[in-house]
Amino acid sequence: MIKSSLARVFFALLKRDLLLAFRHRSELFNPLLFFVLVVTLFPLGTGADTKLLQAIAPGIIWVAALLAAMLSLDTIFRSDFEDGSLELLLLNPHPTSILVLAKVLAHWLITGLPLMIIAPLLALFLGMDQELIGLLVVTLFLGTPVLSLIGAVAIALTVGLKRGGILLSLLVLPFYVPVLIFATNAIEMAMSGLPVTAQLWILGSFLLLAITLTPWPTAAALKLSLS
Amino acid sequence: MMKFIHKTASPPYFYQLSGRWIPWLAGITVLLLLAGLYGGLIVAPTDYQQGESYRIIFIHVPAAWMSLFVYIAMAVAGAIGLIWRIKLAESVAVCSAPIGAGFTLLALITGSMWGKPMWGAWWVWDARLTSELLLLFLYFGVMSLYAAIADKRVASRAVALLALVGVVNIPVIHYSVEWWNTLHQGPTIAKFDKPSIDLRMLIPLLIMATAFKFYYVWALLLRVRVELLERERNTQWVKLLLKQLKG
Repeated sequence: MIKSSLARVFFALLKRDLLLAFRHRSELFNPLLFFVLVVTLFPLGTGADTKLLQAIAPGIIWVAALLAAMLSLDTIFRSDFEDGSLELLLLNPHPTSILVLAKVLAHWLITGLPLMIIAPLLALFLGMDQELIGLLVVTLFLGTPVLSLIGAVAIALTVGLKRGGILLSLLVLPFYVPVLIFATNAIEMAMSGLPVTAQLWILGSFLLLAITLTPWPTAAALKLSLS
Repeated sequence: MMKFIHKTASPPYFYQLSGRWIPWLAGITVLLLLAGLYGGLIVAPTDYQQGESYRIIFIHVPAAWMSLFVYIAMAVAGAIGLIWRIKLAESVAVCSAPIGAGFTLLALITGSMWGKPMWGAWWVWDARLTSELLLLFLYFGVMSLYAAIADKRVASRAVALLALVGVVNIPVIHYSVEWWNTLHQGPTIAKFDKPSIDLRMLIPLLIMATAFKFYYVWALLLRVRVELLERERNTQWVKLLLKQLKG
């Protein structure tokens, strides 16, 4: 038996997940459409006052991104759980926590990255300053992977349940609060012309912490869900 | 030492032992509550700034302390259950959640009752209030996760895992909320920033805090006993117990 190296397994898994997503285009576009729709609803609900929209734009975009990320979490493990490939993943001799990281990375590339690309357009719709749009993209770049990583723990806990939908939001959203606070705060500070390096460093440290810490509970939760 | 722990943690022995503790715990709780309330509502002097309405702290502050304490206790019990597979610890973790949620809710409600005359609003998006509210959501998450999973052994381990993730996150959530609020405009009416607290106020407060701790243990034991009976309903000792009860 040829034992393949961890790196090969990691990239094979990443490639497989990306390929699967590209074959199911709707999985790729639904979170994106949801994101755009939610942002579109806000001006309709609050009135099209430019000043007001400008002031709350970072909050709207980030809350919509949070919800879109949460709704797309199901795709990380659900189909693998249903067709049994998740069990094979756990039987793999390599550490599950690292393999989980490959799946989360694939999820971020499928859902987080498109959000980042479309967000500047929505920011323009809401009348955000053009200089701030770059910053918005940076916060999304640092923040959305954290959402995927934390979400993976929750989805791993609930993947065995038939109706995990509302439960998932209860499990995940309180943990998303710090990311939301620092990301929107960075943009608000920049609006009033203050430096934002501190917020970006903190977001970056959240990302590093999440990468190092979340794979273990995710792997443990997957083992529980399959037991 | 380990032998003692294993013996105490075995469900039948624990059931018997806790049955003997419960009257004592109940008695101590009631006595301490009465003493604390007497000290707080009658002996303690009126506050020169807040008048009589400050007296709610004798409920509010111990409840807020307990809301965090119970979460940590839940996570520790969950960790013990996960690592050493002790069934009793799993039950303790699971049964702590509703009690902790109760304390959190009590802290929130008494806080807003105090906030109405003091701040002029039932709810202020103050850092402490907000992080307490998030803590309540964390408790609800634990409770509904436990309710959602049919196999209770698996459910209690899932809950333990969630509580551990939560306990790492609580400081992060707490401090980011605090930070969020200090950068936004804070409440203009000063909070509890007295230089020192009168001894006649401090002593009833501490008595109440102890009473709440005893109440927690009391309620916990009651819940754990029921949980144990339910989980072990097919074992010999539960059947024997039922037979004895029927006489």
